[in-house]
Amino acid sequence: MSYIKTDRVGVIDSISALAAWPVGIFFKLLDYPLSAIQRLVGIHRMPWIFLLPNLTFFGIFVVIPLFINFAFSLTGGTELFLNNRVYTGTKQYGFLLECETFGDPITCREDRFWKGLYNTAIFIVFQVTFLVLFSLITALILNRKIRARGFFRAVFFFPVLLSPVVVALIWKWVLLRDGILNAFLVSIGMDKILFFVSPEWSMFWAVFVSIWAHMGFYMLILLAGLQAIQPDLYEAAEMDGTSKERVFWRITLPLLWPNLLVVVVLALIKGVQIFDEVFVLTGGGPGTATQFIVQYIYNTGFTEQVQNFGLASAASVVLGVVLFVLTMIQLAVTRVRDNG
Amino acid sequence: MTFEIGKLLAASTVAGAMMASAAMAETELRMMWYNDGNEGEVMQSLLDRFEAANPDISVKLDVVPYKSIMEGLPIQLAAGAGPDLARVTDLGGLNKFYLDLTPHISDTAYWEASFGPFLDWLAPDSDQISGFMTQLTVTGPYVNKTLFEQAEVAMPGEGATWDDWAAAVNQVAEKLDIPIPMAWDRSGHRVSGPAIAMGAQMFDAAGEPALVDDGLKEMTQRLYDWHQDGTMSKELWGSVSGSTYLGANEDFANAQVVMYMSGSWQIPQFADKIGDAFDWWAVPAPCGAAACTGMPGGAALVAMKDTKHPAEVGKLMDFLAQEESLAEFYGKTLFIPGHLKLATGGVDFATDDPRAKHALQTFSGAVPTISPVAFDLQGYKNNRVMFNALISRLNEAIVGELTLDQAYARMEEDIANQLAEKALE
Repeated sequence: MSYIKTDRVGVIDSISALAAWPVGIFFKLLDYPLSAIQRLVGIHRMPWIFLLPNLTFFGIFVVIPLFINFAFSLTGGTELFLNNRVYTGTKQYGFLLECETFGDPITCREDRFWKGLYNTAIFIVFQVTFLVLFSLITALILNRKIRARGFFRAVFFFPVLLSPVVVALIWKWVLLRDGILNAFLVSIGMDKILFFVSPEWSMFWAVFVSIWAHMGFYMLILLAGLQAIQPDLYEAAEMDGTSKERVFWRITLPLLWPNLLVVVVLALIKGVQIFDEVFVLTGGGPGTATQFIVQYIYNTGFTEQVQNFGLASAASVVLGVVLFVLTMIQLAVTRVRDNG
Repeated sequence: MTFEIGKLLAASTVAGAMMASAAMAETELRMMWYNDGNEGEVMQSLLDRFEAANPDISVKLDVVPYKSIMEGLPIQLAAGAGPDLARVTDLGGLNKFYLDLTPHISDTAYWEASFGPFLDWLAPDSDQISGFMTQLTVTGPYVNKTLFEQAEVAMPGEGATWDDWAAAVNQVAEKLDIPIPMAWDRSGHRVSGPAIAMGAQMFDAAGEPALVDDGLKEMTQRLYDWHQDGTMSKELWGSVSGSTYLGANEDFANAQVVMYMSGSWQIPQFADKIGDAFDWWAVPAPCGAAACTGMPGGAALVAMKDTKHPAEVGKLMDFLAQEESLAEFYGKTLFIPGHLKLATGGVDFATDDPRAKHALQTFSGAVPTISPVAFDLQGYKNNRVMFNALISRLNEAIVGELTLDQAYARMEEDIANQLAEKALE
């Protein structure tokens, strides 16, 4: 028996060695050019060489399009290629920012841009707040030793795996005039509610569906943070007779703070970029009640007969600036907290 | 063994080379297409016949959603990466991308005689021939006649106004508890016909767009009121934003709507989906103070100038535009012919459905009553700018974000801004 076992180990070792052989060869071959490069640039510049592939992709797909987008925002007309477009300077930004009263979108020349901004602001206030809150509560519950914990973790994470369009279609079928929810309301003697006709209901469902779809992802980040907290801290607190509330405020929350910050930053950025789910769910309606800034950009650039790429680009530059400012504020908050 | 492998490799190389040369000799044309009903199948059968007669040309029919035709195709064309041919409804709006087929077709006189007035829709500023109408459409209402009979309400007759119809459909809906008395496609094109019936002129004396006038206000005020009093459901128009198209065809097919303002292109779909479940009946365009008119329109198959095979495209278009090909196409698809001889001589439509036959008769018969203003609007290459401004701003008024007067002002601003942007080309 022991002979067979030894033999198996021998076979496994042989297979591993066989599999490792080409890898070894590969790295040996790689060593020659890398050594040559190191001799050429010096050891201190080698990290840049390793970063080069990633930086190249980042440059091609992020930085260059950023500059092209900015260049588009300084042009007008309907031509697609930049060299055929008419230079208009800051005219497009002037259109976007021409308002009698900034608090009232109807007084702005591009009223839909401002409605989109306000709607996005309202959306992220509610969506980010409740998303973080529900993700935290769910993570705290699922971190405890409850029955079928693995099952519930999978259930909460499952919507994250669905395409946003699928999520929106599922909920649309639930919420339509003849959908499941209205059928239920009628069955308990209530009247049907036309959810997508009311601006308030439409915004509510846009926020709700977005939270439902993304909560699992943020819950997972917080769960990882909770599991990284040393159990002996809780044991010590228990021995001291500390109340559960105090444990939460004094141990859990401070130690979870880095994860919470990541969740808030990601949720905020994703919130500002909201488009696909809501576009399929409400189409931006009723009226412009759930039309967010990205939908404004999409409509301006693509759905009209005169496709105004210049104005759409200018609006996306403004959106980019808003996102940049938000990220900087959050980084500043992190630094203050880390230093304090 | 080595010799055998050598022989095999040699044979494979020769076979591969032969296949490659055959493939290289074949010209592939790509046709972007969308479907309302069975027209894709009918077109494919015509293409199969064309390919059999022209083995050196293959045609790939790329069936895409209508939205891709409206939003994706213009970008593809602007990028120089469009198809060789496409079925489009923005007839004049895309005309800078069209190929002039004149040097590539065998008989330009036949094309001019067969498609005369519609060629202007495709090329408002020139004499070029770029394609032909796969269907002529006329907007107009359908009613659920069975519901009228069940409610014992008389259907308004010839010459009835929109107000007569609104009163009648409300009676039916009330008696039978139907949720939506009247529904319209959410489209500026659909609103334009009735607005012209009310006296809207759409253009000023110089021929420039002038959307807002008393005629337009007459009709839009009615649409606004009907949404407030429940004649029309806010769920249809109010539940999306901007110029998004939304049809009520599903609701009508499910007998949730008494009267549905749409157009002739719904006939094949209703014949298929509704069949004899109830009597769906096309009625003449209701009247306003100025006319009893719908809007003309349609879809056209056009050739694109970026094609690398203009001669082959011309050959294909010649084949498809022949009277026999189109008689078969229109007959099987139940489309109103966009070929003048077939329109006057009649087409043998492949249906025994009396409702479909009646609808075809109603819409074909409505063509002579269409207002010249409606033809001018359809022929105007920037008409979608007007349609989109009309529907999006009217919708914002209906849901209470704007007053009607604010909406009118915004419509005019939107049109002026977009045309100014386009003028920068």
